[in-house]
Amino acid sequence: MHPRVDKRVIGYRRVDPQGQPRRLYEPYKSTVLRSPRRPLIHLPHTLSEVTGPMYGHNPIGESDNDLTRQHAGEPLGERIIVTGRVLDEDRRPLRNTLVEIWQANAAGRYFHVKDNHPAPLDPNFTGAGRAFTDDEGRYRFVTIKPGAYPWRNHHNAWRPAHIHFSLFGPALVTRLVTQMYFPGDPLFPFDPIFNSIRDERARERLISRFDMDTTQPEWALGFQFDIVLRGRDGTPFEENR
Amino acid sequence: MTPSQTVGPFFGFSLTANPLGQMAGPGATGEPVRLMVRVFDEEGAPIPDAIVELWQADASGKYEHPEDTQAQAPDPAFCGFGRMGTEETGTCVFHTIRPGRVPGVTEKKQAPHINVIVLARGMLDGLFTRIYFADDPANGEDDALALVPEDRRSTLLARQDPAQPGTWNFEIHLSGNRETVFFDL
Ligand SMILES: [Fe+3]
Repeated sequence: MHPRVDKRVIGYRRVDPQGQPRRLYEPYKSTVLRSPRRPLIHLPHTLSEVTGPMYGHNPIGESDNDLTRQHAGEPLGERIIVTGRVLDEDRRPLRNTLVEIWQANAAGRYFHVKDNHPAPLDPNFTGAGRAFTDDEGRYRFVTIKPGAYPWRNHHNAWRPAHIHFSLFGPALVTRLVTQMYFPGDPLFPFDPIFNSIRDERARERLISRFDMDTTQPEWALGFQFDIVLRGRDGTPFEENR
Repeated sequence: MTPSQTVGPFFGFSLTANPLGQMAGPGATGEPVRLMVRVFDEEGAPIPDAIVELWQADASGKYEHPEDTQAQAPDPAFCGFGRMGTEETGTCVFHTIRPGRVPGVTEKKQAPHINVIVLARGMLDGLFTRIYFADDPANGEDDALALVPEDRRSTLLARQDPAQPGTWNFEIHLSGNRETVFFDL
């Protein structure tokens, strides 16, 4: 064996599987042919894992974080504000990080050629947005509350209303794709995607919180959704930041 | 930590304004690589709705990232990030370069490799793997490959198409008897 020399690389904390979905979860039928059966191989973190796409300098368009202003007219549905902070596990804000979202329209239909749910498309709603976090790690979107929609996983299967989120964070290993749900959705007990997560408290972290302070009078309901990415195993040297 | 959920089938109209398959600009330094990645399920059927994301160093082994403190500057004509959705055939194509060797956990640098994230409907969490180049003499001394059982190492190798020099093929099998090695990072 060679001696360990690159002590500057400080890895990320390993993920607690209780707080994550099971990869193979039979109630979600598509997982059966799409999840590995062999154990994953544990790798120590190197420069390859603690670096990652940062996107810090990609410009975003003016209406990218306002999904109600991307077309000539206003989309139909309940206007909402979705905001929150992107933090690491030590509650440190992750600044200037890209947050991408996509969602169905108010009728539960995606602007996607393969979505054939017989609900109306809205010519004024695409349902895709992007934003960067500010110095406090905060992002903010204005959008329309998405509708629930049916899928063919099992008899009478409906997805609870949700917004898809994609984040990179500072490293390869902080990559996160998830979904934000709305409080009190009656479909939660029936949704295998939501229930694939073992720990109930972890599932609840995917439910946004209605917030009167975010709500704007005569305009839109407000929801808060904080996102926590993996934290470091130690404190990186200052010159590495 | 916020739990993961599936990317679902309908990301195609959303994730960044443009597909990012062209990683090497016209002036990029290094050996050009046309990388064809194919994604398959347990039965060997192509997966038409996966996202493949790549992250790699430039030809000098430099990542464009503040935590890469190696002295050299990153190649301005090269973008280390690529992202493509697969087509009906389960395929997506990247235009990149063979990366240089980057530092590892021992004094030997790692063999040239591309870090991969795979996401798809039916995957509740993304999977990490690595692409190595089948002909690379450094593979024999790579610390990550050494952790992989010998009979499974070939699942991490891209192979050059003998009929099309410069085109490299890499297959990702999510499950089944040709299951790709995935890493717990
Ligand atoms: Fe969805």
